[in-house]
Amino acid sequence: MPAETPGLFAAAWIVARKDLAIELRTRSAFLSVLVFTLLGLVTFFFAWDPTAASALDLAPGVLWVTFTFAGLLGLHRSFGVEMQDRAMDALLVAPVARESIYLGKAIANTVFVLAVLLVAVPALALFYNLPLLRTLTTLGPVAVLAAVGLVSIGTLFSSMAVNTRLAELLLPMLSLPFFVPIVLASAQASTRLLAGRPFDEAVPWLKILLAFDIVFVLACTVAFPFTIEE
Amino acid sequence: MSAPAPTVQAAALRKEFGRRAAVSGVDFDLAAGDCLALFGPNGAGKTTLLRLIAGLLKPTAGSALVNGVDVRRERAGRAAVGLISHQSMLYAPLTARENVEFTARLYGLDDPRAAAGAAPESMGVASRADVPVRTLSRGLQQRVSVARVLVHAPSVLLLDEPYSGLDEGGAHALTDLLTTLRASGATLIVVTHNVAEGLALASHAAVMMEGRFARFDRRDGASVDAPRYAAEYRELTSHAS
Repeated sequence: MPAETPGLFAAAWIVARKDLAIELRTRSAFLSVLVFTLLGLVTFFFAWDPTAASALDLAPGVLWVTFTFAGLLGLHRSFGVEMQDRAMDALLVAPVARESIYLGKAIANTVFVLAVLLVAVPALALFYNLPLLRTLTTLGPVAVLAAVGLVSIGTLFSSMAVNTRLAELLLPMLSLPFFVPIVLASAQASTRLLAGRPFDEAVPWLKILLAFDIVFVLACTVAFPFTIEE
Repeated sequence: MSAPAPTVQAAALRKEFGRRAAVSGVDFDLAAGDCLALFGPNGAGKTTLLRLIAGLLKPTAGSALVNGVDVRRERAGRAAVGLISHQSMLYAPLTARENVEFTARLYGLDDPRAAAGAAPESMGVASRADVPVRTLSRGLQQRVSVARVLVHAPSVLLLDEPYSGLDEGGAHALTDLLTTLRASGATLIVVTHNVAEGLALASHAAVMMEGRFARFDRRDGASVDAPRYAAEYRELTSHAS
């Protein structure tokens, strides 16, 4: 008999490790999101008129818009893996808090999203001729805050959409209105930091991202058990 | 002497999907060591009943308790429950060992790695424990699924068509395991279409039709003999269809 069932965060870590092991084994979500992101960056690059807009003005918006759409691809698969052979039933019968399932999925999705950004940001620097080191160091904190926000919302809506017939359509329709403040704040903070403006100018946007992350991680964690109720 | 406290208890249990009642006022009690074989035609509500007891569905009315608690609300109650379905509930890219180890960790076993090593042996899949589940046949996946559930030694085991996909050896191994579990005090509910197979294990037998128990028997000694029960079951269900 079990000595003690895992607590909220221990169970979340067990779920996250399982999801990361599956992604490491298959790489299907990582590769599709990465390829989609790179194709988006390339397409925007060829549509860009350097005489009309500077690279510093355009690049942050291109990155965050492209990445938002690409990220939805990966988030859609997050609960898809639980629905094959109804593995979700086994998770729900297990003696763990249902919130830990959400947190575990969100942790794995955040790692996955940051891994994609780790390749996408240097690619952005390459296409738009930005200084690589400054791009990586300045976009790093923005990327972490943006990833947490996108994932917290996307993971919740993925759990709601996965059982519907139009899941591919429903997930973006539910998520995108909530993604707007993240994309806006991320693009604004990135533009200022990449342009070498004082860090203080980006702080209000970073604070918005941080507040958004805290509110939505908490709200989505609490809401998750209700979304899986049949 | 008072009767033993029920391990599984359903009281006026009802579940509606829209206007349709899939389970409509089911009552029964099972004590430790009891085994209920549940028969019935397709769509009778057997799987819904199991899902209600497992806490996967919220009852529209009534209650389903395991060891006196509602497993939807009590994590400790869920620790006692194991669910085997005709769907494997496994992660296809992971190996059998990884699937079992994942379950062992979720149930807080002291040594999940050792448990994951031993469980596939009990169902005769030790030699295939380190290949991805997606490469296994349907029958071997079902064996892994059974090993995954039994790794935490549930005291209440809910089985929905557990023999589907199993060959003779697998079915024999499962019957042996279920017999051992029952002898050790576990309570079983087995949904099956095979009357002989179900009655071989059962202390109680029920026929479910249109969300209700059309018949509920306690098999004390030889009070319910299998061939007669099978004939009566066919008669009952033929009227329904």
